[in-house]
Amino acid sequence: MKTIITLVFLALLSCTSTTKMPEQTFNPGKQIAFSRDKGNCLACHAIKDGESPGNIGPALKNLSTRFKNKQQLREQIWDATQFNPETSMPPFGKNKILSENEIDQVVDYLWGLK
Amino acid sequence: MIPYLKKLTQLIQGIPLWQKLPSLIICFLIALPLNATPEQDQAAFRKHYQQRFPKLKLTDYANGVYAIDEIARQSWSAIEEFPPYETAIEEGKKLFNTAFPNGKHYADCFPHKGLGISNEYPKWSKTQGKIVTLARAINDCRTKQQESALPYEKGNMVNLLAYLAYTSRGKAINVNIPKDSPGALSAYEQGKAFYYQRHGQLNFSCATCHIQNAGKKLRSEILSASLGHTNNWPTYRLKWGEMGSLHRRFAECLTQIKAKPFPEQSVEFRNLEYFLSYMGNGVPISGPSTRK
Ligand code: HEC
Ligand code: HEC
Repeated sequence: MKTIITLVFLALLSCTSTTKMPEQTFNPGKQIAFSRDKGNCLACHAIKDGESPGNIGPALKNLSTRFKNKQQLREQIWDATQFNPETSMPPFGKNKILSENEIDQVVDYLWGLK
Repeated sequence: MIPYLKKLTQLIQGIPLWQKLPSLIICFLIALPLNATPEQDQAAFRKHYQQRFPKLKLTDYANGVYAIDEIARQSWSAIEEFPPYETAIEEGKKLFNTAFPNGKHYADCFPHKGLGISNEYPKWSKTQGKIVTLARAINDCRTKQQESALPYEKGNMVNLLAYLAYTSRGKAINVNIPKDSPGALSAYEQGKAFYYQRHGQLNFSCATCHIQNAGKKLRSEILSASLGHTNNWPTYRLKWGEMGSLHRRFAECLTQIKAKPFPEQSVEFRNLEYFLSYMGNGVPISGPSTRK
């Protein structure tokens, strides 16, 4: 009996498997964006190479056509509530979830994504 | 109402006005209007989910996220055929029927001998001037019979609750806010305020996830509706590897958003449970249950 429960539960859990990072050159911005205890952006956004992303926010790509410059993109990440008070997106800079330097690295990484 | 406004004022003190405005606006946009009656709140709450999930009936919400997550629902239904909460029901029944040293029983403390009453809780107690959950009422009973209170999170208390929920299965949640008790309304308002307030470093309210984004995916986890959030407790969760209480789940959602969790049966959590139960009136009790 116990085994059946465990098996079925494991089947359930497998839907929520953790994200494996494909082997490649070290990209600090990407690591911060993907890491669950840093940006965890995949919780809400699809990002290239990111496994089982959420769908609360839009896919993060072609951001250089969405934002005038990096500074604008940075502001969205620093505190999204400035632009939309109802947003679900956490204020990463304002609430010090990420450091200023980490936000810069995420911006650099995202800016290049097609 | 008044305590809520006081809290709100405390929260926004020291913030320049131009920054204050957006957060004030949110309170009025996402949150149910501050001046609405509980009846109006309930109607708006249901309407939101009806629009989002037009196929679901009120009773479907008894199944939590599995009402909207077809894939997970299949494995969940399989588990429910050999439910891991069965021992808890048996243990709870034994405990419930064992006499206290003074010869009295739990049954002596409750209407209908305590059976089939889980759907009526939490209740406003006029004499105590606060919200009494069923767990609280069980401990009040123990104290009255000169027994020590049980811890709330798991173990015997949860087993007792599992048995009582089992005897109440299928009964619609039926929580009321007595018109002649301003304290009851105020407890409800505080629960409501807590639900819509943003908490923690990640700045989420309960509503951000369970109203605004219900049905959407946070990573690979579909977010459930809050309608019926109180109907399936206590619950066996694989993550816990055991049965646990509703307040333990509240605490976990708060921890996830890096907010300070409140203790089991704290006034914050009791009032939150009162608000959510009132919103869920009409959803049948399905506890004890299983969840991921
Ligand atoms: C809990 C949900 C959530 C998390 C976590 C989250 N976001 Fe967002 N994000 C949103 C939502 C929702 C939007 C849509 C706009 C809005 O509501 O502000 C958004 C919008 C954006 C936008 C604007 C996209 C566009 O095309 O307009 C960018 C850029 C962005 N997020 C970056 C990030 C980064 C980088 C992270 C992690 C460090 C992150 N987000 C984490 C929810 C989230
Ligand atoms: C960041 C997102 C998030 C926030 C904020 C959040 N929750 Fe949750 N909650 C979840 C997830 C994910 C689950 C598990 C899947 C589900 O049932 O929705 C969950 C589950 C629950 C459950 C269990 C439902 C069941 O059927 O067993 C309850 C009750 C609950 N949340 C209440 C709350 C309350 C009350 C708050 C605010 C204090 C809150 N949540 C805030 C994400 C969140």
